[in-house]
Amino acid sequence: MRLTPVLFRLAWRNLWRNHRRTIIMLGAVGVGVWAMIFMTALTRGMVDQMVIDSIGVLPGHVQMHHPDFQDDPSISNRIPFQEAELQERFAGAGFKAWASRVRVPAVISSERESRGVTLLGVDPDAERDISFFDYDAVDGRYLTDASDQGIVIGKKLAETLETGIGKRVVLMSQDPDNDIADRGFRVIGLYAATTKSVEESYAYIGKSTAQQMLNIGDETTEVVFLGDDYRDIEGTYKAVSSVVDASVSVLRWHEIDTYLGTMMRVMDGFVLIWVVVIFMALSFGLVNTLVMAVFERVREIGLMLALGMKPGSILGQILIESMLLLTLGLAAGNALAWATVVPLEDGIDISIVAEGMEMWGASSMLYPKLYASDMILATGVVLLLGFLASLAPAWRASRYKPVEAITKV
Amino acid sequence: MNIVFRLAWRNLWRHPRRTWLTTGAMVFSNILLVFMISLQFGMYGLMIDNALQIFTGHVQVQAVGYKDEQKMRQVVPDIASLANAIREKLHSETVAARGRAFVLASSEDRSFGIAVYGVQPEFEAQVSNIPGLISTGRYLDSNSAAEIVVGSVLARNLRVQVGDELTLLGSGVDGSFAAGVVEIVGIFASGVNDIDRNIAEIPLGLFQDTFFMEGSGHEIVIVGDGLASVPRIQSEVQSLLPGDADLVVLNWDQLQPGLKQAIQADMSSSFFMYFVLVILVSFSVLNTQLMSVLERTREFGIVMALGLKPSRLGRLVLLETALMGLIGTVLGVIAGGIVTSWFTTNGLAFPGMDEMAARFNLPARMYPDVNIFSLFAGPSVVFLFTILAALYPALRLRWQNPVAAMRVA
Amino acid sequence: MSAVRCIDLCKTYRQGEQDIKALDHVSIEIARGEFVCLSAPSGGGKTTLLNAIGGLDIPDSGEVYIDGKRIDQLSKGELADVRLHQIGFVFQAYNLIPVLTAQENVEFVMQVQGVPATERVTKSRAILKEVGLEGLEDRRPAQMSGGQQQRVAVARAIASRPALVLADEPTANLDSKSADELMALFTELNEHHKTTFVIATHDQRVMSYAGRLIRMLDGRIVDDINQRA
Repeated sequence: MRLTPVLFRLAWRNLWRNHRRTIIMLGAVGVGVWAMIFMTALTRGMVDQMVIDSIGVLPGHVQMHHPDFQDDPSISNRIPFQEAELQERFAGAGFKAWASRVRVPAVISSERESRGVTLLGVDPDAERDISFFDYDAVDGRYLTDASDQGIVIGKKLAETLETGIGKRVVLMSQDPDNDIADRGFRVIGLYAATTKSVEESYAYIGKSTAQQMLNIGDETTEVVFLGDDYRDIEGTYKAVSSVVDASVSVLRWHEIDTYLGTMMRVMDGFVLIWVVVIFMALSFGLVNTLVMAVFERVREIGLMLALGMKPGSILGQILIESMLLLTLGLAAGNALAWATVVPLEDGIDISIVAEGMEMWGASSMLYPKLYASDMILATGVVLLLGFLASLAPAWRASRYKPVEAITKV
Repeated sequence: MNIVFRLAWRNLWRHPRRTWLTTGAMVFSNILLVFMISLQFGMYGLMIDNALQIFTGHVQVQAVGYKDEQKMRQVVPDIASLANAIREKLHSETVAARGRAFVLASSEDRSFGIAVYGVQPEFEAQVSNIPGLISTGRYLDSNSAAEIVVGSVLARNLRVQVGDELTLLGSGVDGSFAAGVVEIVGIFASGVNDIDRNIAEIPLGLFQDTFFMEGSGHEIVIVGDGLASVPRIQSEVQSLLPGDADLVVLNWDQLQPGLKQAIQADMSSSFFMYFVLVILVSFSVLNTQLMSVLERTREFGIVMALGLKPSRLGRLVLLETALMGLIGTVLGVIAGGIVTSWFTTNGLAFPGMDEMAARFNLPARMYPDVNIFSLFAGPSVVFLFTILAALYPALRLRWQNPVAAMRVA
Repeated sequence: MSAVRCIDLCKTYRQGEQDIKALDHVSIEIARGEFVCLSAPSGGGKTTLLNAIGGLDIPDSGEVYIDGKRIDQLSKGELADVRLHQIGFVFQAYNLIPVLTAQENVEFVMQVQGVPATERVTKSRAILKEVGLEGLEDRRPAQMSGGQQQRVAVARAIASRPALVLADEPTANLDSKSADELMALFTELNEHHKTTFVIATHDQRVMSYAGRLIRMLDGRIVDDINQRA
């Protein structure tokens, strides 16, 4: 429309005609948009952290097992490839990291207590990037290589078993012939995890040590693969599944822990709902403002129509006015959100509700995360819904009859 | 006084659309607030009930330190008689004694480390849901038979069915070797993975024999008539305990601190959201009332020139706002109540709830709980802020110069 | 061809329980370049007639021709075009768009017509000078007196060189000096540009400026006087 420049000029100047009203409206939109984005950043940060923690514990983005392993996670469901075959297939594929390991249920006993745990026989070098704890952060020391004779357990487990670094524990598990396989280990290190339940669940020994103890030669029960971004793992998945057949099952992380995948989807839904709810609370004020503005300008709208302006231009004018208001408010809200989230990105300490967070599987530090996609979503929704909400008053304004409008008292 | 009311009321309806839009914002927010707060009440109540009913109960008697250290040797001596005494004192049968040990459970093919509980079959059903969640077979019925019930996931992992035998290996209370063979008479499915995978129950008598407990146990579980009864139960039970005993009476919050904290965390984030809604409504009211006052500048100027004090006019504005707020509150409470009641009967389900239900032992549908607080808390705050928002326009009048006001076009 | 031709116009309004005949079989013909006054007491039908001529209000029956083109059966959009390109309006009050400057107000109609910017600016400046408002181009209506505002309205009305300028009680809100100045302006423009002027009024002094005076009463024409003769 070639009239756009004059309509813009009219819209912009009309916006500032009643600057108190406009500023209040801008304040409302700004606060609303800020709340949309801020809350979203907080929740995203929490869920992201949960997902990252869970993936760290799984571990990995893609896992490979014997097809029956999911239902029956025991030593009899081993991966039907030897280590050499695995190397051949995966070594050159370009994963950020990958490793084969022995995962079996076991019972760990100290002098005083015993507990059921998940035993992991690992190759420390291969798993440096996969492990959810930093090797250097381990109390004592971590395993040095796959034939290390020591055991590393979680701090909470050590407490429960009343054991510590340097003391001896016994591991009991099953070998493929259903006989008990047991062996003594010296505790060489203690790791810390986000949740105590993780610390109580996983015990690490060297892969070769595990294979010897369980008498399984060169075989393992689990292979894990790590890509670059947990949000986009199709490349990793294909790289694995394309070189194997139905003799193994290859699963993505969100297929193994469906709860996590669901959480992320639920998050997306939540964000959208929150944005729409806030907008609807704003919309009353927005429509009210427009209705009032139009009402105050009945005469000059009549004048413009009388002078020969088409109703469509009146509609356009009002819509542009509304969109300008929303755009300004959005800019303010986005900027404010950015300014308030960035300083908090180092983490908010919520250890006061630490155990509660553990129930949900979240840590006691909250790291808000500002995603451009969230800001764009909020902005897009506000603009779109704002446009729709403004149609009614704008339409009514364009329907004025010049004669009546001009003579309105 | 009457005429002031009439005047205020009629002033509201000079611009019906404007008044309706502003009250519309209030009603919208109120409906949301009533619904959300009721939903929270319902959910929290359910969360707590579910969490406690499964296994924990409302109050427990344990040895000092057992809650954190869970050592086999931290026992409640003479547990059956103490449980009886508590039953008499509380005039209730919802009291049950238990023992717990960590053992290696072996079936023909598999072994797993689990927690086995010794329970009183005739009372356990009163304090826990598990006896009622038997999916195959039956629950325990005798205090001494060599029987066991296991969780469904455990049964699958052990590859056993009703009728199969399990061997239990562990340590007795004095650290000595303890073993037993039991027959599986029932399999339960609670829907909570952690419970179905890690727990098995045997009769208390058998437990005490197997682990050389000499009549002791680890916890007495007491269920009351809802959370309100907890303090009374706690004090009555406390009075029963022998003065020198190392026993402690714990309530559910101490037993599962995560519960209350998770609720608190959720409430904090909810409050933030509610507050944003209230603020947005206040902006709306501020805008409307400011416009309403400004457009009557001339009229007010005349009235003030005639001798009316600005404070009277200010009060008029506040009265108008209060009336508008009243409409918003009443309609909001009614509408909110109706909407929420519909969900109270039909329940609310959103995608992803099934997984969350399995993880956190929540039902797959949520039911809001409408009570006086949930019905009026939100709308009252909205009303309060509505009045606050009108303070600025009302106070502005005090600085009006009547003559200047009358000159306004 | 006449600038304006109305044949047998009728328009009736319903007010409460009564029917009011605003136009009762009115026929007139106005030649190009004429300076006509429509006079009537309040409610006499002059505004209704003016609106009918200007395409703002369609009569119940009868025909209206502007420059030989029939307009009473056009659609709203076509009427808007007629108003845009062929007719200039000066109303009693609220003639200007408050958020635009004097110059922008004058340019407004040209802008809607699609006149290029440079041409618009030159023309509007020239016209503002002609109506004696040089130097006030960047003022907003609120910063001008009533008389100045009306002159801007006139400037706008003639800026696009319409065939016809319709003015509805243009001096009603002005003090006598400004009223005189405004009427003198109308006269000068009428002589200079040969634009047809039709002015509705009940002000005696305004009537004295007109070349032709048409009196109306209760929706009928009762007198048609040539004052210049």
